[in-house]
Amino acid sequence: MTARLRWRKFVSNFMLTLTGVCAFVSVAVLFFILGYLVFNGGTSINWAFFTQLPKPVGEVGGGMANAIVGSAKLLLLASLFGVPIGFLGGIYLAEFSGAKIASVVRYAADLLNGVPSIVIGIFAYSMVVLPFKHFSTFAGAFALGLMMIPITLRSTEEFLNGVPRMLREGAMALGASKWKTIATVIVPAAYRGILTAILLALARVAGETAPLLFTAFGNRFWSQGWNQPTASLPVMIFTYAVAPYEDWHRQAWAAGLVLLGLILIINILARTILSRGIAVPRS
Amino acid sequence: MKRTALLLAAVFVFSAFVIAAQSALLINGAGASFPYPIYAKWFDIYHQKNANLQFNYQSVGSGAGIKQVTEGTVDFGATDGPMNDEQMKAYQGKRGSAILHFPTVLGAAVPTYNVPGVTGTLNFTPEALAGIFLGKITKWNDPAITGANKGVNLPANDIVVVHRSDGSGTTYIWTDYLSKVSEEWKNKVSRSTSVNWPVGLGGKGNEGVTGLIKQTPNSVGYVELIYAAQNNIPYGTVKNSAGTFVKADLASVSAAAAGAAKDMPADFRVSITNAPGKTAYPISSFTWLLIPAKIQDAGKRDAIKGFMKWMLTDGQAYAEPLSYAKLPKEVAAKEMKAVNDIQ
Amino acid sequence: MPSAGPVAGSRSFLSKLREGDEIARLITFVFAASVVLITVLLVYELWINSVLPRQKFGLHFFVTQVWDPVMDDYGALPFVYGTLVTSAVALLIAVPLGIGASIFLAELAPARVSDTLQFFIDLLAAVPSVIYGLLGVFIVVPLMREVIYPALNKPLGFLPIFKGPSYGVGFLTAGIVLAIMVIPYIISVSREVLLSVPRDQREAALALGSTRWESTWKVVVPFAKTGIMGSIFLALARALGETMAVTMVIGNTPKIAASLFAPGYSIAAVIANEFTEATGDLYLQALIELGLVLFLLTFILNGLARLLIILTTQKGSGVSNA
Repeated sequence: MTARLRWRKFVSNFMLTLTGVCAFVSVAVLFFILGYLVFNGGTSINWAFFTQLPKPVGEVGGGMANAIVGSAKLLLLASLFGVPIGFLGGIYLAEFSGAKIASVVRYAADLLNGVPSIVIGIFAYSMVVLPFKHFSTFAGAFALGLMMIPITLRSTEEFLNGVPRMLREGAMALGASKWKTIATVIVPAAYRGILTAILLALARVAGETAPLLFTAFGNRFWSQGWNQPTASLPVMIFTYAVAPYEDWHRQAWAAGLVLLGLILIINILARTILSRGIAVPRS
Repeated sequence: MKRTALLLAAVFVFSAFVIAAQSALLINGAGASFPYPIYAKWFDIYHQKNANLQFNYQSVGSGAGIKQVTEGTVDFGATDGPMNDEQMKAYQGKRGSAILHFPTVLGAAVPTYNVPGVTGTLNFTPEALAGIFLGKITKWNDPAITGANKGVNLPANDIVVVHRSDGSGTTYIWTDYLSKVSEEWKNKVSRSTSVNWPVGLGGKGNEGVTGLIKQTPNSVGYVELIYAAQNNIPYGTVKNSAGTFVKADLASVSAAAAGAAKDMPADFRVSITNAPGKTAYPISSFTWLLIPAKIQDAGKRDAIKGFMKWMLTDGQAYAEPLSYAKLPKEVAAKEMKAVNDIQ
Repeated sequence: MPSAGPVAGSRSFLSKLREGDEIARLITFVFAASVVLITVLLVYELWINSVLPRQKFGLHFFVTQVWDPVMDDYGALPFVYGTLVTSAVALLIAVPLGIGASIFLAELAPARVSDTLQFFIDLLAAVPSVIYGLLGVFIVVPLMREVIYPALNKPLGFLPIFKGPSYGVGFLTAGIVLAIMVIPYIISVSREVLLSVPRDQREAALALGSTRWESTWKVVVPFAKTGIMGSIFLALARALGETMAVTMVIGNTPKIAASLFAPGYSIAAVIANEFTEATGDLYLQALIELGLVLFLLTFILNGLARLLIILTTQKGSGVSNA
């Protein structure tokens, strides 16, 4: 073995170990955060937390049932709004469009992604709240949906483009029309990456507070339908965390934990339900 | 199998959204975060007494409260600093009627600090506070501070000033007071929920300020009284206009309000910082509910009027356990009469 | 690409319609166009709602350092500075860590481990920014004061970026918190992209005698370059616009300072802090103009990054997506 080869092997082992360290650090931080949340909020999670409405300060107990349902409603509606736009737009970019249009759309998506969440909230406020003169779940979902679009769009395009040529050509050789190819071959092949991106987008907006302050507003009670203000976990966390009461602080940590739990469930559900499809062979 | 699971999940999800329909009337309010705990308490109790009425109050800040009630997106607002004439005119212009102020409880802003070696209560003169926050008094052993604290060993360290970064009613109270006791402050910085601080770090919310002070030696800042009381944070006394060093508590804050009752303007917009009275705490303030003078919806109007009457009588009993000072009886009586002006 | 048929290209619109391709193209086009429309509408709203300060200050807004709500004098410079510095610090920390971790997860870790860990990393993205802020206050700030500051200031205090006292809060603290927040995006997307690189690329490199690292770094990663860059864009966008967490740890002081330990302010943070309380049209609109400035920043940075991709994309190394 020459010296040069030994050096290259050394570099290889060293760098690969380094990547392991990177992964370890990243994961360690995560587990630390999770642990901190559990430690601080775990004690406040009980059946009451999930079923009762918030109690005013001084009264121990109460829960965030309306905030949990509120967050679920907001996320559902936001997905119904943001995902189709991002997904179908991404298909257009990857399959139909020319380079120039694609560039413009991508740029717009990146810009949208960079807008601070509170500015999105202000935008949604002037578009949906002011004209109708009241806060609503609709408005909150609109703001959150907007935030989901860029990640969904960019990732859909990216992963559709990554589908190997041979799959496309195979389908076309069999006489399938373009949209059939897309629907039955290309999208299923790329579904993994696209699903990841959608879940990432959902996870991100699930924890957003600022856009909801002026759109969904907040509600101490149950929110009926889609047109009333609604409580949500992030806003509750924010309100409770900056309050002077220790009991509320613990509830804020608990709410943070519940929020994570909600995302976990969404993740699991989505992956199991959508687990059909052509898997691209992994290297 | 998978499809049925999906269907079941969908049904479950949707059924969760269909809550048994009630004929409850939802009344929305937005505004100051300082009185949020007591308002939450009041609305909860009132809801228990009147199951068909839901008062939904969100603490988004005094400025937001004023803005939202002016835009008509909420039924009432709440603020720690009274609306100025410009804002009153704007409301009149946008909504076509007047807006009424109703004081609800009293609170105060207190000076908190973290000075190594100092375990007792520090006394602050108006000159000291103004000088510190203007950035002119830079060391803890400055004569302006040591003069009021004989016997306390104050180190020769640089003072780290901490203030609120978010717009807040507490800042309004604090700067209102400083504007009254320092001509330089009034000209240079003036009073508002958000000002151009000459020096200091910004902490978000009372929590942020307290966190910074706890972790930064030689620091000084201001927080709400109830916050300091509930969290056992040491705070200092302030010299009032009568020359006494007063520590903020329910009694001294109420004393500040008592003096104001006599000269209370008809619209209840008054500042009681630096109030006269030997036992008055000088950095106290009312906090107000903003109710439109004309409410179109009869159901909402009656609900709000009913609540106000309850709040001014039975409701006041809930204030002190939460460290808020009650309204002076004369002020409450005046307000009762004013409630009838709501149409 | 017209659909396959006996006489390609000469088919009538109607028959193409029947095959559904034109419909598909139309529908997806509408959605893609709506993205542009929404963005344009947003910019328009920001523009018309920031009329007053633009009239009053003009271009001065970009170079003024004052922010005085009482005297109604506003300037964007300290906030632009803070936004850029904290984002730069965040990326400097998050990009190497993130790419390293994604390489590990995609290339070295067994599939089960990789999937499980990825699952948890995705959860990190769901942690609300308020919680990150609280964690920043309770953990990173003391860490900064007790550990990081002494470690950097004693040996390297002569450098302007490490000079001066530390209050715990400041640019570096905010940058660290932001780094933690954006790492999941980098890891998540990069890992997926790396996983989708065809097996034969790796095998070809290894067959030619390269070490594992060489095949990864010199072949696989460049193949996935655009996807990885995309993840960095996502991370950058997140860092630029992050509101709650930053405001809790940056010190909220609108001043420009060379030292990373000094307290500062960012555009998103000041909007979050003051928007809810801002009364007075000029004040409110000045904050909205700041939102517009942030938009402009994103615009410029994106453009620069795009340029970088165009300049560094070689032929044949993966999909060029500039």
